Amino acid sequence: MSILVDANTRLIVQGMTGRSGTFYADQAMTYGTDVAGGVRPGKGGKRHLGKPLFNTVADAVRETGANASLVLVPAHNAAAAIIEAIEAEVPLIVCVTERIPVLDMVRVKAALKGSKSEMVGANSQGVLAPGVCKIGVMSTTDAKPGPIGIVSRSASLTSEVVASMSKAGLGQSTTIGIGGDPVHGVGFVRCLELFMDDPDTTGVVLVGEIGGAEEEEAAAWLKARKSAKPVAALVVGRHAPAQRRMGHAGTLSVFGSGNANSKIAALKAAGARVASGVDDLPGLMAEALGRH
Amino acid sequence: MNLYEFEAKEILAQYGIPLPDGRVAQSAAEAEAVAKAMPGHKFAVKAQIMAGGRGLAGGIQMAATPSQVGTIAGKLLGSRLTTPQTRPEGDLVERVYVETAVESEKDFFLAVLVDQATAMINVLGSAAGGVDFEDRVAKDSTIVSALPVRLGGQIADADADAFLSGIGFPAAHLAQGRDIMRAMVKVFVNADATLIEINPLTLTKDGTLCAVDAKMTLDNNSLFRHPEFTGLQSSAAVDEVEMQAQKDEINLVRLDGNIGVVVNGAGLALATQDMLADAGGKAANFMDIRTTATSLQVARGIGILLADPKVKVILVNVHGGGMTPCDTVVEALALALAWSKRKLPLVIRLAGQNAEYALDMLNNRMVAHHRADGIKDAVARAIKLAA
Repeated sequence: MSILVDANTRLIVQGMTGRSGTFYADQAMTYGTDVAGGVRPGKGGKRHLGKPLFNTVADAVRETGANASLVLVPAHNAAAAIIEAIEAEVPLIVCVTERIPVLDMVRVKAALKGSKSEMVGANSQGVLAPGVCKIGVMSTTDAKPGPIGIVSRSASLTSEVVASMSKAGLGQSTTIGIGGDPVHGVGFVRCLELFMDDPDTTGVVLVGEIGGAEEEEAAAWLKARKSAKPVAALVVGRHAPAQRRMGHAGTLSVFGSGNANSKIAALKAAGARVASGVDDLPGLMAEALGRH
Repeated sequence: MNLYEFEAKEILAQYGIPLPDGRVAQSAAEAEAVAKAMPGHKFAVKAQIMAGGRGLAGGIQMAATPSQVGTIAGKLLGSRLTTPQTRPEGDLVERVYVETAVESEKDFFLAVLVDQATAMINVLGSAAGGVDFEDRVAKDSTIVSALPVRLGGQIADADADAFLSGIGFPAAHLAQGRDIMRAMVKVFVNADATLIEINPLTLTKDGTLCAVDAKMTLDNNSLFRHPEFTGLQSSAAVDEVEMQAQKDEINLVRLDGNIGVVVNGAGLALATQDMLADAGGKAANFMDIRTTATSLQVARGIGILLADPKVKVILVNVHGGGMTPCDTVVEALALALAWSKRKLPLVIRLAGQNAEYALDMLNNRMVAHHRADGIKDAVARAIKLAA
């Protein structure tokens, strides 16, 4: 089993006919994801990659029974595309698009409140249940099915973690990228909730980085919940110069919050095992699973 | 994009936020002339750099006469100011802002930003504005109050009054405070800002409120819909090389070490930097190749490292995936090396999609390199070669 996606996930791709839409829709199908069709205003009735195209998300959902959408729409139209999917009550929306304006995401978050949708991203590599379903742009080369849940803010670092876990014989139930933007969909806490409730996940790896306060929030949640499942964590950016912005917009800190050391301290205090580098994660997790 | 104080104030003035009289100057003579034309007989001369902490670094000085304004401006212009927020060599002062000095009765702090946890616009306020505000907040975060603002940006009178009274606004100034708050939120939304900060918002001895210093940050991701900001001087202050890399779909930040780093993804880039530092090495840059970058664009990014004289070795740490398989980066590397006259030792560590294929490609192109087994090994080799 897995979280957010499973064998019954039926996907539509918003922005399917673009360069990246075509590329990733094709890759998802090759991986075995059930792709029902695509959405591209003005191209309804046509076909792309052998699948039907629709003018609107509502049309696509009604005609195909899709229950998930992958949004690969360019940044200036991405928020509108996400809101369209929310209004069509798509249960899972995954947005990969980078560089969406922050105030657009504020509108998206307001639309999500009280809706029937769960959103992953934007600026996320997506959700992967190895061997079952891929919604996103992540590498699948080294992913193996297994009992470890992985939640992270960064794509290529997740691939690195996945590879080292698989090599150590620790396959994954689901890997999720919550995205690198300051305002985004599901966060660490929501993913921890889902993993803790998933009977087939026995341990969780959390990969954080400088900026924001989500690692601290995750730590507070873990402390209050006292979960039976072990959590291993890695927080990167210990040596990033404090005042300069590195990569993810989420790393912009206001009032000096969000440095790596405070995150590491909070996670340790909540009982998580904190690794100093990717290579240490499998050992920490194996050790934790042995004790539990 | 961070704005200079004078550009932030120009925008705030358009929305009716009260400011002391002031103008920007680029020479000592101009600064003196600006002061002569201004009312009042006390002036502040303020170096225009992006970084905070100017005041304590000598970047804000008071003058009693226009000729003194000219003298101070002459000293500041062309100098470099170093604050905790600049690089060690400091920021070059190309402009000064000359302003009528106000006598403060009380200094407030007002700011607008998006609270990440609730995804709502928030007005922040404090009775303890002024120099060193960040340090005071770090010690005691309760000195700041927050007021969440609805999506449309409206703030009810009662909410505004309660908020302002809570941070010690005198009753007589509530109406003006409300106007300032609302104007700030309006600028924030209309300009697609990510931060507007007025510190201090000064209540003067003669009983008026004015924004003595202002910081404003625009959302880089929104600049496409703001042609009105293309002419800002602030955009010229962005590091040219880093800006060029941005256009090539690469997030680049130049640092002061000697190991040039080529990495895809921000998280992996931060992880690489941590491992380098833990093992005693120093990165010359932070590089995050975005998934949309082509090999030609990546080649230009690697070219920046090859052209940097302090770079002694190049460390490639790529985890192929999505639209950036390893061969894209290797293709780029071969191109960049062909363009450059410089021969630097290369340490290569590839994983993920097309890693084997890309390594074979390196051999076929006869690119001499040190092949690393894992990131730890790559980092150790790079540090040795840079020594």
